[in-house]
Formats: sequence, structure tokens, C-alpha cells
Amino acid sequence: MRLWMLGIAAIVLSFISLFIGAIDITPKDLLNWESDETHIFLISRIPRLLAIILAGAGMSIAGLIMQSLSRNKFVSPTTAGTLDAAKLGILISMLFFTNVTYTQQVIFSFAFALAGTFLFMQILDRIKFKDVIFVPLIGIMYGNILSSITTFLGYEADLLQNLSSWLMGSFTLIIAGRYELLYVSIPAIILAYLYANKFTVAGMGEDFARNLGLSYKLVLNIGLVLVAVISTTVVLTVGVIPFLGLIVPNIVSLYLGDNLRKTIPHTAVLGIVFLLICDILGRLIIHPYEIPVNVTVAVIGSAIFLTMLLRGRAYAK
Amino acid sequence: MIEIKGLTKQFGKKPVVEDVTVTIEPGTITSFIGPNGAGKSTLLSMVSRLLEADTGEVLLDQNNVKKWKSSDFAKRVSILKQANYLNVRLTVRELVSFGRYPYSKGRLSAADEKFVDQAIEYMNLADMETKYLDELSGGQKQRAFIAMVIAQDTDYILLDEPLNNLDMKHSVQIMKILRKLVDELGKTVVIVLHDINFASVYSDRIVALKNGRLMKNGPTSEIINSDVLREIYDMDIPIQEQNGCRICVYFNSHT
Repeated sequence: MRLWMLGIAAIVLSFISLFIGAIDITPKDLLNWESDETHIFLISRIPRLLAIILAGAGMSIAGLIMQSLSRNKFVSPTTAGTLDAAKLGILISMLFFTNVTYTQQVIFSFAFALAGTFLFMQILDRIKFKDVIFVPLIGIMYGNILSSITTFLGYEADLLQNLSSWLMGSFTLIIAGRYELLYVSIPAIILAYLYANKFTVAGMGEDFARNLGLSYKLVLNIGLVLVAVISTTVVLTVGVIPFLGLIVPNIVSLYLGDNLRKTIPHTAVLGIVFLLICDILGRLIIHPYEIPVNVTVAVIGSAIFLTMLLRGRAYAK
Repeated sequence: MIEIKGLTKQFGKKPVVEDVTVTIEPGTITSFIGPNGAGKSTLLSMVSRLLEADTGEVLLDQNNVKKWKSSDFAKRVSILKQANYLNVRLTVRELVSFGRYPYSKGRLSAADEKFVDQAIEYMNLADMETKYLDELSGGQKQRAFIAMVIAQDTDYILLDEPLNNLDMKHSVQIMKILRKLVDELGKTVVIVLHDINFASVYSDRIVALKNGRLMKNGPTSEIINSDVLREIYDMDIPIQEQNGCRICVYFNSHT
């Protein structure tokens, strides 16, 4: 697959995404600056598209970095407790401050996502049996433990209602003023690209990296910070989107290998294309209502993931 | 020159390397031999800074290796540990290019590309440079990793059991290439070997370890004799001369 093909697909899908929804908007309506259609276009459709693009690229790259650094193809923000830790952070911030501000939520969520992912990497360091399937299983169990703590605290504090909104990844509520946090992931994505070579080298193991004079620990920590930044911004604006960080990098790895300098652009654009398709489907299936994107992603993603598992065990080793 | 001075390392309470002092002669192949658990790999890891010694020091050009900047050290000393477990999908050329990382940080200059070309040529990998590592056989993979180390262009090349899992043909190929690296390019190779006959036939000097202690250190001809080998391996090892090579015939020895 070529990058320009993915690019064209992304542009076409973006265009489609802008012009579907409960209210019909045609390009002609936009000529009238004062019309309701233009208004909806600016406060709803464009923010939604930008959110999809940033979340799609961000989560895919976060997954790629985690797979590289953990040297396991099946580790991603959803299979290593990163997102569960971020959610726990949000809840703790709500318990901690009576009138929690958005900034406080962001900081807590980021700190927990970072600490949670770091802890997982520490666990990974200590286990001897590093099977491709075993490691993500530990990650999922670990995530579930974090998540059950969140649920328990949420239940005790009567905040379960609030919690469920982050459980469900959806672009339905994205309007101007509610998604701008996602812009924070742009510098993280750029940094990820600049660090691509370092992540690739680190992905070959500590001994290998140190032979080439790379400060392994530093690169590892930078990688984890980038993953935490991206995950936090996505969870707080869109919610949890499963599978994205898992399957997109793996598909790219299959046809392009693991040299991150080469694969990061593909991973980003494929992530956008995949998320756009899922979101467009979600909006069309029961039009004029919507199926949240995490449902369509989960259905399509799990099918792809299962296929990869069945056909690709040899590859993942 | 690399000088190992009084190096000691304990894992928990168990000493793995005890008070080892060895000087690595430049322009030679030096083999580390010894029974299992002798501390050969641990010693190599400390020389290459992958492990920190408890006491003692390793000097590279009279300077403690700990004091070297990582990127400068990586231009002088390279180490290849057993790398067959790596599951990273890189092409041969990409892998070899990473050998230039200490110089280029990933942005290869024309000069870097030339080193990469030469290394690939040297290891006879030109016709498979676009293949992914996971499509290669064990021997080809090992050659690709050695090509990377050649591209790294260090004076010292440290290899931890590079013949592991290789068949006879590929083992001989690798050893011949190492010999060429020393004879033609003036490199210094330090290698941990299990097969004593490869050590006998290809190395200039042998360092024999046992239970973490240095047993013998000298030219190959002094080490490969039955008396010395009995001390190291606790077995009677008859030696036969064959085309000027000393071959240890240990297969039916009393143990």
C-alpha cells in the first residue's frame, strides 16, 4: 500500500464525513455564510472531523510506540491498562476536588495514565515468560483491576453515571469548545515522528540499544510520556476507542515492517481512514440516529484482530 | 587497548566473576572459553558496559569505560549478544543502517550509506538486502547482525556465542569472516565460544575461565594442550594435529 493511496482515501472519507448527519448539508448551503447549515457545519461537522483525525492518528501511533517499546505486537493503550488508569485518574480528581476544573481532570488523568503504563512496563520487566499472547493477557487483567477500582470508587461516590460516558468512545458530543484538548496531541505526534529512529532502536532491546549508544531508559520514558499524553487527550474528549492502537500498527507492520521512521506516517493515516470508516458507518446504519463509534470499531476491529490472531501467530513472534 | 583489571561481579551472593585481570591485545581474535557458568558472558557484558562491575575496572585507551560518553563508546566498541530472538521486522539493509546510528543518529549521510554498502558486500548479503529478517535462516540472520556491527565500524567487536544455533557450514563461514575482519581490516575481536575447536583453529589468544576465575590467558598454542584443558574442563582431552590445526578429540573422553 502506498501512502498517497491512504491519503486520498482519508481525504475522500473526510469529505463524506462532513456531509452526513441528521441534518442534510450540501456544499451549496455553505455559500450562504449566515445559514443554519453553515453554522452547524462550523460548530459540529468540522470539529467532529478534526477530532476523528486527531484521535485516529493519535491512538494508532500510541499503540505503535507501545508495541515497539514493549517488544510485543499485542500491547496497546487498551491492553496495557493505560486507558483504565486514565479513567481512574479522572475519577480520583472528581473525588479529590469538590468542584473539579477541566485542567485538574486533565492533569490527574495524565498522571495516572503515565504511572499506570509505567507500572505495566515494570511488571513486564519482571516476568520471565514473555509470550506474545501472555503479555497482553496480563495487561488486560491489570487494566480490569484498575477499572474495578474505578467502578467501586465511582459506585461509593455515586459517580457511575459520569463514568459511563468515558467508557463509551463517541464523537456524537464533539462540538466546538469540547474537543480542543485534542490539539495537545499534535506536538506529541510530531515528537513521536522525530523520535522514530530512537524508538526503533529501543524496540530491539536494551542491550542492542546500548550497544548503539542510545540512552535506553530516557527513550523509554519519553515514549511512555507521549503515549500518556495522547491517551489522556483522547479519553477526555472522545472516550475509549478499543482496538485502534492494536490493529492499525499491526496491519502496517505486516506490509511495511517495523522501522518506525517509515511506518509512523502510514500508521497515522491508516488510523484516520479506519476511524473515519467506522464513524461514517455508525452514522449511516440507523440514520438519522447514531451508533457510537466504539461499537462499530469494536465490531470491525475484533473481526480483523481475530483474523490476525488466527493467521498471524507466526508473524507476531 | 582494553585492560580488564580485577573485575568482580556477584549476582545475589553468588560470585559470577571474581578478580579477573586480562589485557586484550589489539589486532587479534581472543576467545573466552570455559565450562558452563564460568562467567564468560558476564565478563563480556561488563567489558561492553552492558553490566556494571561490583569492583575492578575496565579501561579503554587508559580511560575507565564508565567515563566514556555513550555515543563515543559506541564508535569504539560494539557488542553483539545472542540476537536470534529479535522479532523486529526490519529489512537487512535497515538493520545494517542502524549500525551507523552512533554517527548519524538515524539520518544517514552519503558516507554512512557507503559504510552500509561495504558491510553488506562484506557479508555477502547484497542479494537479500531488501528481505525482512524474519524471512532469513539462522545463519543469514547472524550474518546480517554481524554486518550491522561491521557498519558500526568499531575497533573492538565483542560477540557473545555467535555460533549458537548455527550448523557447521554457517559456523565456519562466520569464523572465517571474523578472521578476515582481524587480518584485513585490523579489528580486534573478542568472542565467547563453546566449541573449543573453533577457538583452537581461529583464535590468536585464549582466555580460559572457570567458576568465575581466570584460569589461563595466553596464545592459543599454550592453552590447547591436554594438561591445561584438564585443569579447565576436568576431563582428559587428547589433541590431534591436523593440517597444522590442533583439534581436541573430546567426544569419548573420560569425564
